[in-house]
Amino acid sequence: MSAVILFWSLLIAQILLAIAMGIAAYRMIRGPRAQDRILSLDALYVNAMLLLLVFGIRTGSTLYFEVALVISLLGFVSTVALAKFLMRGEVIE
Amino acid sequence: MNHAADIPVWAALLTAFFVLVGACLTLIGALGLLRLKTFYERMHAPTLGSTWGTAGVLLASIIFFSVLQSRPVLHEVLIAVFVTVTTPVTLMLLARAALYRDRIEDGSEVPAPVKQHTSDGE
Repeated sequence: MSAVILFWSLLIAQILLAIAMGIAAYRMIRGPRAQDRILSLDALYVNAMLLLLVFGIRTGSTLYFEVALVISLLGFVSTVALAKFLMRGEVIE
Repeated sequence: MNHAADIPVWAALLTAFFVLVGACLTLIGALGLLRLKTFYERMHAPTLGSTWGTAGVLLASIIFFSVLQSRPVLHEVLIAVFVTVTTPVTLMLLARAALYRDRIEDGSEVPAPVKQHTSDGE
């Protein structure tokens, strides 16, 4: 019973998160200006982190947790660097 | 899914509820990113996934692994704290950068910068 509940709910959650990643990627390709692309890259990072956490629940291993933590760290650093680049024209001055 | 039959039904129901809430809120945030008109409106939408989307999936993970391993597994709180702290920082930097770019280009749609009032009265 609980295996069936977990299987279907995790499958639906993975599909929803994959659709959200697809929408963010579409906005990143189409986005009219550079700040739209950076914003959707940030959303893409968050969605990928959530998808990895759902993978971790599905397989029952805590290894995916470290991957999700690394992804959230890299997403923060990359978005800050890109926003700094938009603001000043260079990242490290 | 060989281990999933070991956990009781109430834990499976709680995990399913929280993971579905988190995934649905993240999808709603992504739809807002797709459909809103201007950049300053679009900036609000993905934070739905950063706050309760992340919180839902992390709560589901905490409940699932705590019941599965019969001990409190709380290291997902690290991700929650980190995302909560860093999302406002990144989005405020990005909003300042976008405002700067819009003011440089035409400045008709965004408010002008606030003048600095000096004491010598210009």
